[in-house]
Amino acid sequence: MMNLDLIFPEIFLSLSIMTLLMIGVFKKKSENLVYNLSIITLAILFAMVVNLFTINEQFIFNYSYKIDNLSSFMKALTIISGIFVMISSSTYLKSLNILKIEYPILILSSILGMMVMISSNDLIVFYLGLELQSLALYVLASFNRDNILSSESGLKYFVLSALSSGLLLYGCSLVYGFSGSTNFIDIANTSTNIEYGVIFGLVFLIVGLAFKISAVPFHMWAPDVYQGSPTSVTLFFAALPKIAALTVFIRFLFTPFINLIDQWQTIIVFISIASMIFGAIAAIGQSNLKRLIAYSSIGHMGYALAGLASGTNEGIQSSVIYISIYLVMTLAFFSCLFMMRKKNVFYEDIQDLSGLSANHPILSISLLIILFSLAGIPPLAGFFAKFYIFMSVIEQSMYFLAIVGLLSTVLAAFYYLRLIKIIYFDKPKQTFEKDHNFGLRLTLAVSTGILVLYFIYPGLLNELVSKIIVI
Amino acid sequence: MTFPILSSLILLPTIGALFVLFGRSTSNYNSAKYIALFISVGNFILSLYLWYLFDKDTSGFQFVEERKWLEGFINYKVGIDGISILFVILTTFIIPLCIISVNSTIKHRLKDFIVAILLMETMMIGVFCSLDLVIFYLFFEAGLIPMFLIIGIWGGERRVYSAFKFFLYTLLGSVLMLVAIISIYWITGTTDVIKLYELGIDVNYQNLLWLAFFSSFAVKTPMWPVHTWLPDAHVEAPTAGSVLLAAILLKMAGYGFIRFSVGLFPVASEYFVPLIFILSLIAIIYSSLVALMQEDMKKLIAYSSVAHMGFVTMGIFTMTPQGIEGSIFQMISHGIISAALFFTVGVVYERMHTREIKNYGGLVSVMPRYAIVFMIFTLGSLGLPGTTGFVGEFLILLGTFEVNFTVATVASLGVILGAAYILWLYRRVVFGEITNPDVKKLNDLNNPEMIILSFLAVVSILFGFYPDPLLSTTSASVGDLIDAFNYNVKIFAASNL
Repeated sequence: MMNLDLIFPEIFLSLSIMTLLMIGVFKKKSENLVYNLSIITLAILFAMVVNLFTINEQFIFNYSYKIDNLSSFMKALTIISGIFVMISSSTYLKSLNILKIEYPILILSSILGMMVMISSNDLIVFYLGLELQSLALYVLASFNRDNILSSESGLKYFVLSALSSGLLLYGCSLVYGFSGSTNFIDIANTSTNIEYGVIFGLVFLIVGLAFKISAVPFHMWAPDVYQGSPTSVTLFFAALPKIAALTVFIRFLFTPFINLIDQWQTIIVFISIASMIFGAIAAIGQSNLKRLIAYSSIGHMGYALAGLASGTNEGIQSSVIYISIYLVMTLAFFSCLFMMRKKNVFYEDIQDLSGLSANHPILSISLLIILFSLAGIPPLAGFFAKFYIFMSVIEQSMYFLAIVGLLSTVLAAFYYLRLIKIIYFDKPKQTFEKDHNFGLRLTLAVSTGILVLYFIYPGLLNELVSKIIVI
Repeated sequence: MTFPILSSLILLPTIGALFVLFGRSTSNYNSAKYIALFISVGNFILSLYLWYLFDKDTSGFQFVEERKWLEGFINYKVGIDGISILFVILTTFIIPLCIISVNSTIKHRLKDFIVAILLMETMMIGVFCSLDLVIFYLFFEAGLIPMFLIIGIWGGERRVYSAFKFFLYTLLGSVLMLVAIISIYWITGTTDVIKLYELGIDVNYQNLLWLAFFSSFAVKTPMWPVHTWLPDAHVEAPTAGSVLLAAILLKMAGYGFIRFSVGLFPVASEYFVPLIFILSLIAIIYSSLVALMQEDMKKLIAYSSVAHMGFVTMGIFTMTPQGIEGSIFQMISHGIISAALFFTVGVVYERMHTREIKNYGGLVSVMPRYAIVFMIFTLGSLGLPGTTGFVGEFLILLGTFEVNFTVATVASLGVILGAAYILWLYRRVVFGEITNPDVKKLNDLNNPEMIILSFLAVVSILFGFYPDPLLSTTSASVGDLIDAFNYNVKIFAASNL
C-alpha cells in the first residue's frame, strides 16, 4: 500500500497553485491577495514538511520517490527561504510595477519543481522536477519585460540552461544504457565495476548539475542573469535553486554513483577549487552589487562542494550547514539591497553605498556583519560554515583542498573589505528612504540576528543536521 | 559553583559596548565615554582582584571554567596561569587609558569608536584566557574586525591601505593556523589545551604544525620579513589604535609562542630554534637601523617595536627560565612603554598635526612637563636600569648567553642601537633650537594627558625597581613549562638513539 501522506506536501502545493491560478484569473485586481495567499500556502507547507522530519527513510511510487531526513530538511530550507524571499521583496515588486498574479504562482511552481528534485530517486522523476523549476525560472528572469536587460537575461538563461539540460539528459541516457535502469538504487547495484559508459554518463550529469549551481567552469551565465533579472528574482536565483541542485548533487554522488567515488572525487575537487579561486578573483573588479554577489555565490558553491568532495557523511552534513548559512547571508544581503531605494528607484552600484554609515547606521552595521560573515571571519556564522567544511575535508587528509580553500578566503576577503571600506571609510554620497515595510525589516533583522548570535549556540543547527544520514 | 570571574572579565566590555550602542542617553558623547570608562575601570579592578586571588605557587591553570558549546566536540574553556594573567591585567590597564585619550584624539563618531575599543577588550582578554584552540582562534581572529574599523575610520591619510594590509596579512597568517588546529583535532581527538599538554602531539606532525602556528604568530609579532604591515598600521591608526596595537595585539603572538608553540610542540620548537634566533637577530639589528633613519615619529616607534619583539621571540626560544620570564616581562614592559610613547607622540600630533621629526625641536622650552615625561619613557625604551625595560632585556640576554654566546653578543649590539635611535629621536624633538614657529604656541600637557602618562610612568618605574611581583607570578608556570619541554625533548632524543 502506497503511503500518500509522504507526498502530501507536494500534492497540497500543486492543488494550491491551481486554486491560486483560478483566483487570479477570475478575480480582478487580485495580485495582492494571491501574493499573500502564496505566502500562507508556503507557511502551511513548511509545517507539513517539518512534520515529516525524523521519520525513517521511505520510498513511494516504486522506489522512484524518496523521503528521508535530507529531503525533509532541504525542502524545509527551500520553503522557509521562499517565504522570506517573498515577504522581503513585495515592496520591490510594487515599485517596479511587476507584481502580477503570475509572479507568485511561478515561484510556487518553481518550488514544487525543487521539491520533486529533492526527493527524486529516479532519473526521470529528477528530470521532471528539474524542468518544472527551470521553466518557471526562465519566465521569472525575464519578468520585467520592459527592461532590455531583464529580457536578455531570461533568454540567456533559457538558452544556456537548455544546453545544460541537454547534457544532463545525454548523461542520463548513457547511464540508463549501461546500467539498464533509471532507478538510483538499481544503478548503484549494477555499476559496481568501472564501466566507461557509466563514467561518461556521470561526467555529463556532473556538468549539468554544476551548471545549475553555477560552479566553475559552468558559471558563465550567472553574472549576466543575476544582474539583468529583477532583484527579487536574483535573490530567488541566488538562494533556492542552489539548495535543490546541491541536494541532487548529494543524491547522485552518494546513491547511484557511490561505487565510483574515486572517479568523481577528483572532478568535484577540481570544480570546488576552481570555483573558490575564480569566485574570489573575478569578484574583485565588479562594480555592480548584483554581479558581485553572483561571483561571490560562485565562490561559496565551491566551498559547499568541498564538503561533498570529502565523500563522508560528515562532509555532506557540513555542506548542508554551509548552504543553510549561505542562504541566511544571501537573504540578509538582498534585504539590504532592497533597502537602497529612493523614489521607487533601486540602486545597485557599488558606489551608491559610499559613506552609507553616515546616514544609515543600522543598514550599514547590518551590511558590515553580513560582509564579514560572507568573508568567513569569526565569530560570525559564515566562519562556522567554513569551519565545518574544513573539518570534514581535513579529516580525509585532503590538505591541498583545505589550504587552497582557506587561502582563497583571504583573496575573497579583499572584495568584501572593499565594500566595507566604501560603506565606512568613504565620503557620503547617497541617502535612501528610511521607511521600509515590516516584512523587509523582519527579514533583515532575523537573518542578521542569526549571523551574529549563531556562535552562542552553534549546536542547534548541528543537532538537526546530524540526523541527516545519507551513507 | 564559584563566581565565573574570567567570563565576567571577557563579557563585561561587550555588555558595556551594547550599553553604549543601544543606550538612549549615549547620543550625548560624554555619557558614552563615561559609561565605557566606568566599565573598563571596573574590569581593571576585577582583574586586580583576580591577581589577588591568584595562587602564585601553583603552576597549573586556575579559575578554569568549562561549558558545553559544541556537543562532544569543542567546549568553551577558559583559565589562566602565571603566563597569561599578566597579559590580562595589562589589557585591562591599557583600555581605560585609551578611553581617556579619546577626548582629544577622536573628533567624529566617538560612540562607534568606544564600541570598537570595548569589543577589542573582550577579544584580547579572550585570547589570553582561552584554553581551547578553537576558542582561542575565534577570539584571535574576531579582534581583526574592530581593529580594521579603528584604523580605517579614524586613521590618517593612507588609512585604507594600512587597514587592508593589516587585515589581509593577519588573515593570511591565521588561516594556516586554522588548518593546523583542525589537524590537531583529528590527530588527537581534542582541542582542549590542558588535555593536549597531557597527551602530547605525535612528533611526526609537530614540525608542520609548528610552522602553521608560526606563520600566524610571526605575522602578528611581527617578525622580519613579515613585519611590513606594522609600521603602516601604526602610523595611520589613531593614537588609541596604535596603543592597542603596540601594547596588546603584538603580545597575543608572543603569548601564543609560549603557550602553543613551545607548550604543544616542544620537539619542533627545539628543532626550529636556529630559525627563530636568526629571524630575531635580523629583527633586532635591521629594524633598529631602519628606525634610525625614520623621519616620522610614529614609524620610528613602530620599528622599535619590531626590534623589541625580536628580543621577546629570542628570549622565548632560549627555553631557559630567565629567557622566558624575561620575555614575558619584556612584553609587559613594552606594552607599557610603547603605549606611553605612542601617547606622547599623540600629544604633540594633536597640537601640530604633523609627525615629521624635523617639524619639531626645542619642545623643552615650551612644554617642560612633556619633556620630563617623554624622557622617562625614552629611558625606559632604551632599557635604563630602574625602568621595566631594563629588567626584561637583561633577563633575556642572560638567558641567551647561557644558550648561545654569539647570538647574545649580536643582540647586545641591538641594545646599543636601541639607545641610539630613541635618544636621537628625543634630542631632535625635545632639545635644540626652535625652528618651527608653531612650536612656540604649544600648550603643555593637559590633565587627561597628564593622568594617562603619569599612570604609565609610575607603573614603569615601580616595576623597574621592584619587579618581583611580576616575576614571582610567572615563575612557577614558566618553570613547569620548561620542565615539560625538557622532558619531551629528552624522550625524543632517547627514542632516536
